[in-house]
Amino acid sequence: MTTVIIRTTARILAPFIQLFGLYVIVHGPISPGGGFQGGVIVGASLILLALSYDLASAEARAGHAIRIAMDSTGSLLFAGIGLLSLLAGGVFMDYGIIPLPLPAAQVRALMILLIGMAIGVHIMALVSTLFLHMAEDHE
Amino acid sequence: MGIAEFLLMSLLVVLAVAAVFMRDLLAATVVFMVYSLLMAIVFTQLKAPDVALTEAAVGAGVTTLLFVIAIAKTDRREEDV
Repeated sequence: MTTVIIRTTARILAPFIQLFGLYVIVHGPISPGGGFQGGVIVGASLILLALSYDLASAEARAGHAIRIAMDSTGSLLFAGIGLLSLLAGGVFMDYGIIPLPLPAAQVRALMILLIGMAIGVHIMALVSTLFLHMAEDHE
Repeated sequence: MGIAEFLLMSLLVVLAVAAVFMRDLLAATVVFMVYSLLMAIVFTQLKAPDVALTEAAVGAGVTTLLFVIAIAKTDRREEDV
């Protein structure tokens, strides 16, 4: 039974929270924060929307299958990027050896950024799934 | 240790004890959320902004919501034993 005030406030606030979460994820390698913290912030904005509207509309917008798919995609990307350097002949998550037309330091920075984004997607789907699964009725 | 840090630490101890002894579980959850927020400030003071961001997002945000859902599905008051 949420009022129009709560719904409007949440709707206006949510994009800014998500933008801040994306900022935390993308600036992870050079400033405090990273994939986990940013993912939790984006997931919390989804929880805010689910709280201010109702659970049914949140389920309709991002259903269980979509969230599980994003969750699995994030963790698979995380492991897959780590395995790229193994394929290139190095050790797990030693990105400098990946053959790209860039200096080794830049390849490392790029891969760390990509891994942060993968963790962000994974944690975002995980946190919202945790909330929605606990909140819905199991009868 | 400055006076501000001393006040912050004292308030943390008071809030932690209050969260344990509160009979109303919803009030205990809110007190615990305030404890998490103050803990985030303490982590920032200790030059650990990474931990502070995690504490503010997870401790104050998501954990509180999960506690509130758990209370909504069970009883709000603790019964006298």
